[in-house]
Amino acid sequence: MFEIFGIPSNALFGQLLIGLINGSFYALLSLGLAVIFGMLNIINFSHGAQYMMGAFAAYLMLKYSGLGYWPALIIAPLLVGITGVIVERLFLQWLYKLDHLYGLLLTFGLALIIEGVARNQLGSAGLPYVVPDELRGGQNLGFMFLPNYRAWVIVASLTICIATWFIIERTRLGAYLRAATENPALVRAFGINVPRIITLTYGFGVALAAFAGVMAAPIYNVSPQMGSELIIVVFAVVVIGGMGSILGAIVTGFGLGVVEGLTKVFFPEASNTVIFVIMAIVLLVRPAGLFGRRA
Amino acid sequence: MKKTLGLAALAAVLACSTAYAQQVNVKIGVLSDMSSLYADIGGPGSVAAAKLAVADFQKTNPNVKVELISGDHQNKPDVGSQVANQWFDVDKVDVIVDVPNSGVALAVSEIARAKNKLFIVSGAAASTLTGAKCNPNTVHWTYDTWMLANGTGKAMVKTGGDTWFFLTADYAFGHALEADTTGVVEKNGGKVVGKVRVPLNTNDFSSFLLQAQSSKAKVIGLANAGGDTINSIKQSAEFGIVKGGQKLAGLLVFSSDVNALGLPTAQGLSLTETWYWDMNDANRAWTKRWNAERNAAGKYPTMIHAGVYSGILHYLKARAALGAGEFDGKAVTDKMKSMPTDDVLFGKGTIRPDGRKIHPAYLFEVKAPSESKHPGDFYTLKATIPADEAFRPLKEGGCPMVSG
Amino acid sequence: MEQRVAEPIATPEVQPTVWRTQSATILFVVMVVGLIVAPFFTYPLFLMQAMCFALFACAFNLLIGYVGLLSFGHALYFGWASYLSAYSAKAWGFTPELAILTGTATGAVLGLLAGSLAIRRQGIYFAMITLALAQMMFFFALQAKFTGGEDGIQAVPRGHLFGLIDLSKEMNMYIVVLVIFLAGFLFIYRIIHSPFGEVLKAIRENETRAISLGYKTDRYKLVAFVLSATLAGAAGGTKAIVLQLASLTDVNWPMSGEVVLMTLVGGLGTIFGPVLGSFIILVMQYKLAAVGEWVLVIQGVIFVACVLLFRRGIVGELANKLKIRL
Repeated sequence: MFEIFGIPSNALFGQLLIGLINGSFYALLSLGLAVIFGMLNIINFSHGAQYMMGAFAAYLMLKYSGLGYWPALIIAPLLVGITGVIVERLFLQWLYKLDHLYGLLLTFGLALIIEGVARNQLGSAGLPYVVPDELRGGQNLGFMFLPNYRAWVIVASLTICIATWFIIERTRLGAYLRAATENPALVRAFGINVPRIITLTYGFGVALAAFAGVMAAPIYNVSPQMGSELIIVVFAVVVIGGMGSILGAIVTGFGLGVVEGLTKVFFPEASNTVIFVIMAIVLLVRPAGLFGRRA
Repeated sequence: MKKTLGLAALAAVLACSTAYAQQVNVKIGVLSDMSSLYADIGGPGSVAAAKLAVADFQKTNPNVKVELISGDHQNKPDVGSQVANQWFDVDKVDVIVDVPNSGVALAVSEIARAKNKLFIVSGAAASTLTGAKCNPNTVHWTYDTWMLANGTGKAMVKTGGDTWFFLTADYAFGHALEADTTGVVEKNGGKVVGKVRVPLNTNDFSSFLLQAQSSKAKVIGLANAGGDTINSIKQSAEFGIVKGGQKLAGLLVFSSDVNALGLPTAQGLSLTETWYWDMNDANRAWTKRWNAERNAAGKYPTMIHAGVYSGILHYLKARAALGAGEFDGKAVTDKMKSMPTDDVLFGKGTIRPDGRKIHPAYLFEVKAPSESKHPGDFYTLKATIPADEAFRPLKEGGCPMVSG
Repeated sequence: MEQRVAEPIATPEVQPTVWRTQSATILFVVMVVGLIVAPFFTYPLFLMQAMCFALFACAFNLLIGYVGLLSFGHALYFGWASYLSAYSAKAWGFTPELAILTGTATGAVLGLLAGSLAIRRQGIYFAMITLALAQMMFFFALQAKFTGGEDGIQAVPRGHLFGLIDLSKEMNMYIVVLVIFLAGFLFIYRIIHSPFGEVLKAIRENETRAISLGYKTDRYKLVAFVLSATLAGAAGGTKAIVLQLASLTDVNWPMSGEVVLMTLVGGLGTIFGPVLGSFIILVMQYKLAAVGEWVLVIQGVIFVACVLLFRRGIVGELANKLKIRL
């Protein structure tokens, strides 16, 4: 056993792994933001609230229809995604011709509504949700005790992230998507229904947030305000990475999770501000963000 | 001229003496957090408790007319102080009750002093309310941070938990809780082997829990509140902290939090409260009435709700004893302090000169799901801390009213 | 072409009459008279608080309405100014005017620091950066010793203005707040109608064109940002003295959202909009204090309704109907 900066190396490995788990959530959420931004040119402020909706949907399904974690992992994102489609049709589609800031303001308002309703209906103290039986317990890795559920979080979010990247960057559907962002008029001329693509993209981005919410339910406090603080950090992640590329969003998400994890060991008091500090430094050195193109 | 004055004086005397047997009018304002973080520990439940107190008192004292209003401070000190100012000045409220959130409570306490009204705190935890920032217009009823630290710290060390590791919320409140508990632990022969300062609203505690785990401390003290406490307990269960033989001690946990966590997650957690709904028949009977009033079947009253009930009851007793007429806040507070308290929920007790209400505290351990007989059966009683040991000794608080 | 934030109101086609050309002056007189008589009918403390928020919203509007920059972190300047103002009055015994100046200076310094970072990116990124920086400073405020954490700084003395006038008398305090508010309001009016203000509006309409005309737009944006933060600081500092407390509420992100809401309801890019908007939102907040459960939802609904139905806000729609500038 050797030491790095006075911290035993095995503890450090443990913390790195934990940082990755943390980063899984950042990656999933910033991925959703990037997908939506790429297609709609809107920063989805209600992303945090929709993440919370995912967790609440899982809770309500368990309570009222007895559907456990695994069905929830599929159905909750679907349901929340459908609400996203409705939101896009009802509200967002009227804003595309306006300044981007109106999209931000509108989704901020939506976030307040969702959080307010959740508080009124389900209280503020939080709701119980337990780890599914299959993933109880954990592995002793020698350098740390890794709960099975945490391992699952890393695997699942990596899979989803890579799959999303693959669809958008490597498939025909993704090609349409990218083309529709670049030149909607031309793509429409090819007979592709661009508004529908936009609607579905928003639904998909929202579903990603809800998926992250279901994943969070067994380990984080399921409460109305669970998303609002998180989303500000994810905004900083997005500023650091730039929303130009899907891969960039994923890599930045995981990377910053690890950095935050390490801060928790060396300087825990700063672990909640470290990402903002990094953001400030990146803005000074490389204003367009690590993976961004200068607009 | 002289004659009229004399007549007026006579009339005044007459008015007073007849009014004595007549009505006493009071107006009570329940100021709480109705919608955000503390809505479950106080909020609408506190209003329900206040209604019960008024109803119970009026059964035996029909000559006391009570008007009850309620308001939401939205957890914002400026909204709270605005409402408090307006209640005292415009709506002629005599006493404000509850006020969870220390920031708001300190603001209201200051206003009550400046306007010479009365403030009965049930929801807020800050022990400075009867310490450095005490005043003759504030009574602190249910609990405070010192009592929580002391109760949990002392009882845990006495039952063998003599090495501690703290997860401390990194702001004034967490630091105070940690310092108070450390004092108690060390005084009783225990040792603090480590601590980590965790920023507020941290989502992921796993990193800190690993540090706590590797410290091999027998007790992990959670010097945090609200969502942070719930997150840290939830993740402790996941990392098998309690199963691994370490004990979790929550320094500010309410039964509503335990309800939110669920027993499978919260089992084995130690915590201190001054009132628990399922402790005796009187409490259970009161809970039934509270449930009906609150119109919420699956909820259980917290000690804060019980404190609102008990505090208002004692206020009304003192106010009725003073009789009709106008009395300022200090006069009523003095009367309250001079009378022993007694009610079905907290039993007999007293209010100290610094405004601290004194009663016993209880160390509980959260039951495993298999031990829980019925819904809401959360706790096993582990120790009782007698009233004279439960709260910070009068001289140590630094309250200027006492030392001066 | 995209519709800009606070799109300019179409030039009046009707013949100018005294009512039309002097509408802003008339409204200003109405507002001043209204604020002078109001404390005899309404609770003065409420009015003072509302004026502080009105100044805050006007300062915010200077950025969004006239430069097109959406700062989603204005609580940072408002809140930190109120902390410094409260602390200097309480711990160092500053007189109220010095304490408020301390708060104002705090706003200016923080505005310079945050502004020079934030203007490096445009549009949505600008909004996210200001929000993130404000959140970072919220955590500092939470952890710093002097702020008292959740307890805040309480029982701040109002003191004597210039060591002479006792501000614990409600009417004296009221006059001071009124003067500060009107001074700030007129200052902003001056800025907007100065050559500097014209450049700002040019940047809002089309930044590229302004650059090609030879303006160093970044510098103009930074100056506007610092001015806005400074005035927000003045508002925050005054509020701390009025309410005699400074707390976490004022530095937290919901406060940043609230000031956006106030300005949006009143009308982005109108002079009087933020004033009206802040009074409306505050009245709503207190009227709803008894049924607080729905405050958040109602605020959200107003946001959505404003963005979808009347983007110009109340004053903006009114001005547009009457074809006048307000």
